[in-house]
Amino acid sequence: MNTFFQTLIVGLRLGSIYALVALGYTMVYGIIRLINFAHGDFIMVGGYTMIFTVPVALRLGLPAWVAVLAAVVVCSLVGIGTELIAYRPVRKKGTNMTALITAIAMSLFLENLAQAIPSIGPNPKVASQIFKAGGIHIGSVTMEYTTIITLVLSAVVMLILYAFTQKTRLGRAMRCVSEDKAAATLMGINVNSTILLTFGIGSGLAAVAALMYMAQYPKVYTTMGSLLGLKAFVSAVLGGIGIVPGAVLGGIVIGLVESFTTTYISSSMADTFVFLILIVVLIIKPAGIMGKNVGEKV
Amino acid sequence: MPDERVPVLETRKLGITFGGLKAVSDFNIRIYPGELIGLIGPNGAGKTSVFNLLTGVYAPTEGTVILEGKPLNGKKTYQFVEAGVARTFQNIRLFKQMSVIENVKTACTKDIHYGLFAASFRTPKFWRAEKAVTEKAMGLLKICGLTNEAELPAASLPYGKQRKLEIARALATDMKILLLDEPAAGMNPTETAELLACINTIRDRFGIAILLIEHDMSLVMNICEKIQVIDYGQTIAFGTPAEIAANPKVIAAYLGE
Amino acid sequence: MKKSKVARGYFLNTVVIILLFTAFQILTSAKGSQGSFKLVLIPSIWQCCYLMVLAASLNLVLGFMGQLSLGHCGFMAIGAYTAALLSLACERAELFEGKSDPAFILVLFSSVIAAGLMAAVLSLLVGIPALRLKGDYLAIITLGFGMIIINIINNLPFCGQDGLALGSAGASLYKNGLGFGSKAKVQFIWFALLVTIISLALMFMFIRSKYGRAIKAIRDDEIAASASGINTAKFKVMTFAYSAFFAGVAGALYACTNATLSTSSFAFTNGGILNSTFVVVMVVLGGMGSLTGSVIAAVIMFLINYEIKNGQWVSALPASLSGIFEYPMLVYAVVLIVVIMFRPKGIFGTYEFSLQNLIPDIRRALEMHRTADAEKKEANGNA
Repeated sequence: MNTFFQTLIVGLRLGSIYALVALGYTMVYGIIRLINFAHGDFIMVGGYTMIFTVPVALRLGLPAWVAVLAAVVVCSLVGIGTELIAYRPVRKKGTNMTALITAIAMSLFLENLAQAIPSIGPNPKVASQIFKAGGIHIGSVTMEYTTIITLVLSAVVMLILYAFTQKTRLGRAMRCVSEDKAAATLMGINVNSTILLTFGIGSGLAAVAALMYMAQYPKVYTTMGSLLGLKAFVSAVLGGIGIVPGAVLGGIVIGLVESFTTTYISSSMADTFVFLILIVVLIIKPAGIMGKNVGEKV
Repeated sequence: MPDERVPVLETRKLGITFGGLKAVSDFNIRIYPGELIGLIGPNGAGKTSVFNLLTGVYAPTEGTVILEGKPLNGKKTYQFVEAGVARTFQNIRLFKQMSVIENVKTACTKDIHYGLFAASFRTPKFWRAEKAVTEKAMGLLKICGLTNEAELPAASLPYGKQRKLEIARALATDMKILLLDEPAAGMNPTETAELLACINTIRDRFGIAILLIEHDMSLVMNICEKIQVIDYGQTIAFGTPAEIAANPKVIAAYLGE
Repeated sequence: MKKSKVARGYFLNTVVIILLFTAFQILTSAKGSQGSFKLVLIPSIWQCCYLMVLAASLNLVLGFMGQLSLGHCGFMAIGAYTAALLSLACERAELFEGKSDPAFILVLFSSVIAAGLMAAVLSLLVGIPALRLKGDYLAIITLGFGMIIINIINNLPFCGQDGLALGSAGASLYKNGLGFGSKAKVQFIWFALLVTIISLALMFMFIRSKYGRAIKAIRDDEIAASASGINTAKFKVMTFAYSAFFAGVAGALYACTNATLSTSSFAFTNGGILNSTFVVVMVVLGGMGSLTGSVIAAVIMFLINYEIKNGQWVSALPASLSGIFEYPMLVYAVVLIVVIMFRPKGIFGTYEFSLQNLIPDIRRALEMHRTADAEKKEANGNA
């Protein structure tokens, strides 16, 4: 029973990280129908930013997590830059598939650029402790502080994001652009800057996810985002791509599948199960758990 | 007086609902071989939805489509084509990167029976089939006046010729009934006249039935023998062009009440 | 008239291929034992062979059918492991003794065919569910499938991450089964060339038949394709399997070229030349929808990669520039983005090279260029 609860907690923690990354995928997909393969690498960008900013924060006498603010800014800028330099020109000229190939190229570019930068390099860097060690014991189950903070912080971020998309003017503009770009333009919404805003927020979330990931696994390397990003994307598809609550649900499901497979079957088969779940769900419900099936207009 | 002939296409209580909105309901039509019927209605009346139901692009939520006495329930679009229904699209859908003749050859699915083996090793069967298909495609292009453009990419054709190519491609499927979705949309008067001639040739040569959606009233009144009018997904009138022109319900639907 | 032109084309291609093949065989028997020929050229040709087959096979799905598959190297891995295991099993069963045994040639061909078939059959597992969905999902599912395949191979007791080992850890391919040493590579170069030529020819025949028309129609407009009577689901799954078959064949050639197999060489991205992304780069560079383009791009990419690794000029560059070439994938990523931006269909687009049309086509292109220039000058003059 203890193992069960411990596995559940690990799954929820992992799931909330996936959910945060999945939100970035789902927001961008919702608005420009593009799988932003580079999104996973934004996590890596956030991770390396924190490697450099955590010592600065500590030297100034601030808590280590303050460094995440710098990471959010850097990630947002990288996200906006990617959209401006690569995606927007290709979107204007090419098809869906050329945009997708550009996204893959962008992901390769970021990963390899990081390796080529001398102060980063191909070798992993170890991060310092971000949150206080230790935890709360309930019976024989331990809740680490890191876990608690991860769960609470991701819940808060998701609620803020939900409120933002539902209640504010900019959030409404975002939903409007993802429904119908032409109509949004007629309503006086600046579509291009709304897309940029979406990239900014989505990439900023990747930085928060990077913080939580590093709190748990204090190691940063250039390809850290590729598998993490892929699983987060799987979460987004699983929940129904383009739907904000769907991404959260999908993230939690994938996190739980991964932690339970690791505990009860085999750690090396965890990824296999994650993708099997995706394939099974897509066969039964092609639009994802919370998605609605929309046919192409003829 | 009940008609003795078997209709080539018949629908019974055909309907589709999109999330609570009844796009088409209780749609009944009977088309006999050689007939040219017009389907008209105001914008958003559900004309294209009817076409999508008649070609299996949408699965109906109620009712059936019957082709020569055989119901087509649960069949996919390509099976509708196999059974003998062909169509064109309101917003032209050509295979843009392929050549004009390839567009037509692609639709000759009923004429080609060779398998992967014959294709891989270029057996005589392959050559025979390819030759026959090329001749057939050239014949259809001639009818539609596209002989000189056969090797050009489809996307490079002017608008009017793209519409004609779509018709040629539909003809290649050896259909029994041809559905034309606004074939004259965006055409100038000369092009429309050419198109009219083309449609008449097709009907005379192939003896097929044609169902036509059109906004150009003069075109519909000129060539259609019967006209069915729908509004809000429901049939409001059916009859000869003269009857339709005098029908108060139709006038009300077009002018608003 | 038209048919005779086609026939002339076939004849010309066949004659040229046979002539080149014979000339190469003569060259091989004359120079086969010499240093750089044996140690550099022949292994390079082996590598080019499987890269060409691999790129062309992905182009069927990516360029002609318009579906992005990101797990192509997964199928290649299946082929490589199938061929290697089959040849090892034949060796254990003492069906042949050493690589000069005539029976070995039979084993060789059956390994290649088995590799293709295994990849094709397994591709159905992913193709049937995935191809019902829209394009983006196929990319993700195939990417996931590529990972699952590698994961599963790693967990099979007789394969494994650290190279293929059946029973004893030392049973490398080099000593047994496939896995040619430099001498055997020279001896069997005819085999690599033959398999490559047959594979490419079969893919050409596929494209220039009703199958090619059907999948190009699906790429251009899937709804119109089904309204033209094409069973889109059937053609998509079939083409996916056909493409996987040749990826499997490429895998078998790979197993011949390498002394050991390791799953890490078939991953989605890695430092080496062989990964699913790199195959996409080759196809895009060569032109999505041009098989000859893929073949040429495969050779060019191989040469670039070889030069970056071994070329003297790289180390002669100033340090800041040569540093970039330590990360060839960085260069490829930039090249990919630039090509996609300026030529969305790849460098050669859908243009196919052919021996009999090459010279007239070049002349026509030059003429067009000249008239365009003249028009421009005229326009400038008028202004």
